[in-house]
Amino acid sequence: MRQTTPQADFLRGIWRENPVLIQMLGLCPALAVTNTVANSIAMGVATFFVLTGSSLLVSTFKRWVPHEVRISTYILIIATFVTIADMLLEAVVPTVHKALGAFVALIVVNCMILSRQEAFASKQPIGRSLLDAAGTGFGFIIALLMMGAVREILGNGTFLGFSLFGPNFEPWVIMILPPGGFLTLGLWLLVLSWVERRRAESARVADWPAGVAQRRVA
Amino acid sequence: MENLIWILLSAMVVNNFTLALFLGLCPFMGVSARVETALRMGAANIFVLTITSLCAWFLNTFVLPYAPYLRLISFIVVIASLVQIVEIVIKKVSPTLFRQLGIFLPLITTNCAILGLAIFQTNRGYGLIEGLFFAVGAGLGLTLALVLMASIRENTELASVPELAKGMALVLIIAGSLSLAFMGFAGLLSSS
Repeated sequence: MRQTTPQADFLRGIWRENPVLIQMLGLCPALAVTNTVANSIAMGVATFFVLTGSSLLVSTFKRWVPHEVRISTYILIIATFVTIADMLLEAVVPTVHKALGAFVALIVVNCMILSRQEAFASKQPIGRSLLDAAGTGFGFIIALLMMGAVREILGNGTFLGFSLFGPNFEPWVIMILPPGGFLTLGLWLLVLSWVERRRAESARVADWPAGVAQRRVA
Repeated sequence: MENLIWILLSAMVVNNFTLALFLGLCPFMGVSARVETALRMGAANIFVLTITSLCAWFLNTFVLPYAPYLRLISFIVVIASLVQIVEIVIKKVSPTLFRQLGIFLPLITTNCAILGLAIFQTNRGYGLIEGLFFAVGAGLGLTLALVLMASIRENTELASVPELAKGMALVLIIAGSLSLAFMGFAGLLSSS
């Protein structure tokens, strides 16, 4: 198995292998509940909790789980944590729980969580698995915030409920409705691949001999 | 009867599972490159959704009143095992049907649309018949979305798309336009 450093385990999930923006996992919640920043944060934190909790348990019990039933075992562990998260949210922030609706329960079938268990937590020691889960969880929260911020600012003219543009702002309602979710993620992907291409091009220029690069820039 | 038809229509177009509720996005993105695969996936989906609806009704009526906190876990376990059993039976009884649906059945089980259907059905308090209509409507809606998406994607293969937008970004933006079009159906419900 390829060896990695603990920092790499943590950082990998945040950006370079971001679950939503790069791997396209866990799209259901990323599109469905990101119409406001507050919902995005609640969803992100709940998923973070479920992911780290399940990684901890899966990594702890990996030696005793038979290979044939591992997926079912992971799903049972995840479902247990989701039930806990669901009840916690309902008790602590009932309004947010109501806004998220069935999507809290649907964290169970978020492929991102299962993929971390199968790809990482079931093979690595506990500490590394926790770092990996935390990194992926943060990456997920960041992606949800990127979606939620754009959609709330454009669709409602507010950020976390504070009005940004004053009373004359005409909200772009479609952004907080379902089509806005697809469009926002599509546009973010466009922006990211544009940035990626710019970086690749400037890296190519840096490889050229100094004189050539200067002449090119001039 | 009228009520049942509304449930079916509403699940199929107005609250389309994929385009309005974002359920079942994985197959929507993954297997929507060809119309033929999309149709098979849709058929397998209708099938699993119907079974799920039966399971959810059974659990809600006979088991969960005694242990409400087991809702999620029991839904997942019962649905997954039942689909597995049905898969084995189909393999024995009709190998042709198995080849058509086979690969997709186990994949579908852990799809958000399936669990979503069970949860929505519970939250809305649908009975057995209403649940079945809801499931078939949802399945038809998924199939519709998949086939539409696949036909559009087959056409974009020949179009000259900017290099930057190729891949997922294009699929998402097409999905956004489809979803926008489906919002037009919202008028159906309010005018009824």
